[in-house]
Amino acid sequence: MNKNEMHIQFSALSENESFARVTVAAFVTQLDPTMDELTEMKTVVSEAVTNSIIHGYEEHDEGLVHIDCVLCEGSVELTIWDEGMGIDNIDEAKQPLYTSKPELERSGMGFTIMENFMDEVDITSIPGQGTTVRLVKHLKKSKTLCN
Amino acid sequence: MSLSVHFETKQHVLLVRLAGELDHHEAENLRNEWQTIMARQELKHVVLNLESLSFMDSSGLGVILGRYKEVKQNGGEMVVCSISPAVQRLFEMSGLFKIIRLEENEAFALETLGVAS
Repeated sequence: MNKNEMHIQFSALSENESFARVTVAAFVTQLDPTMDELTEMKTVVSEAVTNSIIHGYEEHDEGLVHIDCVLCEGSVELTIWDEGMGIDNIDEAKQPLYTSKPELERSGMGFTIMENFMDEVDITSIPGQGTTVRLVKHLKKSKTLCN
Repeated sequence: MSLSVHFETKQHVLLVRLAGELDHHEAENLRNEWQTIMARQELKHVVLNLESLSFMDSSGLGVILGRYKEVKQNGGEMVVCSISPAVQRLFEMSGLFKIIRLEENEAFALETLGVAS
């Protein structure tokens, strides 16, 4: 199987969080993941997209969230990025239960969940320019090969 | 799939049944409705039935934790029941089971709070 990729971009609106995770799940389904793997990927997409909307764009209803999804050799590589305000201190943001917005009842578990559910998590951010989260998951049973 | 919320009062206990998907988009409405009901009636404890909740992310953890703090402030207890394995993992990851008791089903959860079936 050749590399199979999908790209979407959508307005940074909370009603699109569900659209984003369902779309990624539908695309990834062709690798025949387990239900657990599918739930894990839907959850991390939801976390990253929510971060872009709440933190990147501070819920200003403007800007776009982008998702690239690449299927290759039984792995799923997700790159989710925004052109929002960026993160000043990534190490702090990754701490379990840390949130910069406690008044919004954020649990501070977003990055912790991503790290638990995915095999690789890379966060890059430039304050004032945006944040990119790259997430990779190696599916357990998949035998699909990539040329 | 959106979230549907069912509130029911059983003596001094608020029973909350969530069905569908709880994410950031649904979290704010849920918070507002939940707070309104808790404030309007003199309710002490909460039983949270998650049997039909098909998806939840960290935004859901945030709302539940927020309501837990309010219940605790009034000397009450929050009990969660009928939780799916996926949601259970999120609870475990965030340490919520240290403060919110887990019971197998709704009837038993209510019984532990003194509500006769």
